[in-house]
Amino acid sequence: MSIVTVQLGQCGNQIGFEVFDALLSDSHSSQGLCCKRENEAYQASCKERFFSEEENGVPIARAVLVDMEPKVISQTLSKAAQSGRWKYGQHACFCQKQGSGNNWAYGYSVHGPRHEESIMNLIRKEVEKCDSFSGFFIIMSMAGGTGSGIGAFVTQNLQDQYSNSLKMNQIIWPYGTGEVIVQNYNSILTLSHLYRSSDALLVHENDAVHKICAKLMNIKQISFSDINQVLAHQLGSVFQPTYSAESSFHYRRNPLGDLMEHLVPHPEFKMLSIRNVPHMSENSLAYSTFTWAGLLKHLRQMLISNAKMEEGIDWHVRPSLSGPSSLGKMSLNKDLHFNTSIANLVILRGKDVQSADVGKKFRAYIHQYTKFGIEEEDFLDSFTSLEQVVASYCNL
Amino acid sequence: MTQSVVVQVGQCGNQIGCCFWDLALREHAAVNQKGIYDEAISSFFRNVDTRVIGDGGSISKGKICSLKARVRYISLDSYITLIFDCNRKESLNVMEGIEMLRIRPGIRTNKKMQGILKILVLIFRAVGHRVFGSLYQDQILEKLRKSAEHCDSLQCFFIIHSMGGGTGSGLGTFLLKMLEDEFPEVCRFVTSIYPSGEDDVITSPYNSILAMKELNEHADCVLPIDNQSLFDIISKIDLMVNSGKLGTTVKPKSLVTSSSGALKTRHKKPFDAMNNIVANLLLNLTSSARFEGSLNMDLNEISMNLVPFPQLHYLVSSLTPLYTLTDVNIPPRRLDQMFSDAFSKDHQLLRADPKHSLYLACALMVRGNVQISDVRRNIERLKPSLQFVSWNQEGWKTSLCSIPPVGHSHSLLALANNTCVKPTFMELKERFMRLYKKKAHLHHYLQVEGMEESCFTEAVSSLSALIQEYNQLDATKNMPVQDLPRLSIAM
Repeated sequence: MSIVTVQLGQCGNQIGFEVFDALLSDSHSSQGLCCKRENEAYQASCKERFFSEEENGVPIARAVLVDMEPKVISQTLSKAAQSGRWKYGQHACFCQKQGSGNNWAYGYSVHGPRHEESIMNLIRKEVEKCDSFSGFFIIMSMAGGTGSGIGAFVTQNLQDQYSNSLKMNQIIWPYGTGEVIVQNYNSILTLSHLYRSSDALLVHENDAVHKICAKLMNIKQISFSDINQVLAHQLGSVFQPTYSAESSFHYRRNPLGDLMEHLVPHPEFKMLSIRNVPHMSENSLAYSTFTWAGLLKHLRQMLISNAKMEEGIDWHVRPSLSGPSSLGKMSLNKDLHFNTSIANLVILRGKDVQSADVGKKFRAYIHQYTKFGIEEEDFLDSFTSLEQVVASYCNL
Repeated sequence: MTQSVVVQVGQCGNQIGCCFWDLALREHAAVNQKGIYDEAISSFFRNVDTRVIGDGGSISKGKICSLKARVRYISLDSYITLIFDCNRKESLNVMEGIEMLRIRPGIRTNKKMQGILKILVLIFRAVGHRVFGSLYQDQILEKLRKSAEHCDSLQCFFIIHSMGGGTGSGLGTFLLKMLEDEFPEVCRFVTSIYPSGEDDVITSPYNSILAMKELNEHADCVLPIDNQSLFDIISKIDLMVNSGKLGTTVKPKSLVTSSSGALKTRHKKPFDAMNNIVANLLLNLTSSARFEGSLNMDLNEISMNLVPFPQLHYLVSSLTPLYTLTDVNIPPRRLDQMFSDAFSKDHQLLRADPKHSLYLACALMVRGNVQISDVRRNIERLKPSLQFVSWNQEGWKTSLCSIPPVGHSHSLLALANNTCVKPTFMELKERFMRLYKKKAHLHHYLQVEGMEESCFTEAVSSLSALIQEYNQLDATKNMPVQDLPRLSIAM
């Protein structure tokens, strides 16, 4: 069953490219441990999920690229074409000239409605190409204007138009010390809207991934492409075909559905995070050995202590829920994701709400949002809905 | 692609504008090896051939036409320069100094670019605002409309002028109001040269205060610069370079201030080095909008992030590094030095000390081979020494553009919304009051129809209100961060 990816904004597009690249190179990698037939089945399954075939054999990613300015999309398209192994559909992208100016209101109230039809048309075309459609995977950031504003708008529309399919939103939590000054406002507004219209929110924090790059992978000068590659690696391990629990001969047919079934028991608790082991640079791979048991042990430790990586675990144990896990084979990287009372995430979110609160008290930057139709009541609504979410998580 | 129109007003504005076009061409020539008209160039240049010469209100068009481009691209976007200049001598409608810069193909860089900049000058007299504003309003409006129509998506007007003179301050600010009425959705970025202590125009305080009122109300974003700081920076560079302290690591001529490598050599004019700095400021400001990078920042994001309240839109800028290093591989220490320099008061383009005042917001626009980890590391390092306003403790905006400026391997432009602009305004007000109390030179202004004393008093009160707002923010400087109670909800 196929997944259609919607890449929004600079962040979404850059990550989306890395994800497709990682998926394809992983399925074609020559390091597999299984027999040829298995490899082929794996490849076929992966391909069907994310790519559609073209005449000359080059797979085309099932993706829609949206951005309000042309530079990033043209870069992404050319990078994909250059790799020679896959590419994006020629007409699968939508871009404007002027950007959203980091303004959620501009993205949501102006760009969204204005371009609603074109964007939904593109998505519909992609969906029609799929034989059996499983759901949407939407990649966006929360700090900017396009990803957050248009992302919220598009997710809402998808909810209306495709109410039977599942949507998983991959959102990027910005750095704590700021990449965009109004990121708190943008994040609050995005989260509150997404909570209502999305089925699951998979959160990645720039800070955490940055630390993984620094400590575990030993990269000296970390660039955004390094960060995106780590993210793609993690996402890849979620989405690669896995055996289902019942029979070990067929791959799971409905990836998104299965994930949601296990991980989102109640619509109130939608936030997911990924813990992935092991992370290391290519050079160290040759010097390390793994055992399944060792990896599992690491993961359990990470989970109990709510750490994002293997090192530097803080051993204050907080009680946590654990849900069923899905194990993947065929790749060297395993993953487990749990839906716990994500204390870390909740704290982060709490802090975000608070700093946005303080800003709002002084009415800072509000005039930029009211220019496009987002009034103070909208802010208030967002605050209340997020507080509710935080409270319900805390009650667990 | 975001397109902008540059409006150069007054002698100062024009001179800076000339330097700007030279440097812009130089930069695009360096980046765009094939000489093909592309999206990056389209932000400032239009791919057309014809020239229009009008009389009275004349305009000029900056064009780049390249042989290949015409075949492959349809004409895309546009840029136009409107230049009005004032000459203290008499007669209107005398066209002075038609300067043509023609770049022939095959010249050193072997690019197939031909650029023709035609600068036609319209001459006005002193009080540009009232008289000439209204007199030429229609013509000016027409030219502006035409230029906007040529653009696919006009995003921004850049206005370059001085505050001390007549045309620059008067007509320049009149244009602001007109632009706001005519194109309300297009941002207006103003680069204003503030008069410094020793000024050659005696009535500059009057001109400046009257202009400030308009800037307060009609500009989206103002970058104040003053001549004294530019001069200090130049002398510092000269000193460092000539003293040989830095040895062979520094090239003899700083590329920030010189126009070497530009497509045509003009006569060296006295203010050239200083104008080049301002031109570089504008180039760096728009670099992330024109070129690719891993974290882009458009022009509308500048005002979105750095202007928390509509009144406080004055941004102090600083540009580093100032010297051109011969060594291309920059050790991280140098990189960190670049970040520290950006916050030192010697590198600011206004006489101000941001480190000891309150920051409302700060933007770092980095160009070249700098990655996000370097930026993060430096922000962490510098944060403790800077005071941010209580409700915006993490008020940083970063942008990374992969194309470095010509001759450098990386550069940083820091824009700060900081209360350190307050002393400049207060000083301006003081000089104004000194003259105003004695009613000196006032009759010249009052002779113009439409000007009354109330204009002066209004202008002063608007400036005082602005200073008051900055004062209020300063008062919160050392207060601890308040912890606001969270919204409590019933479960």
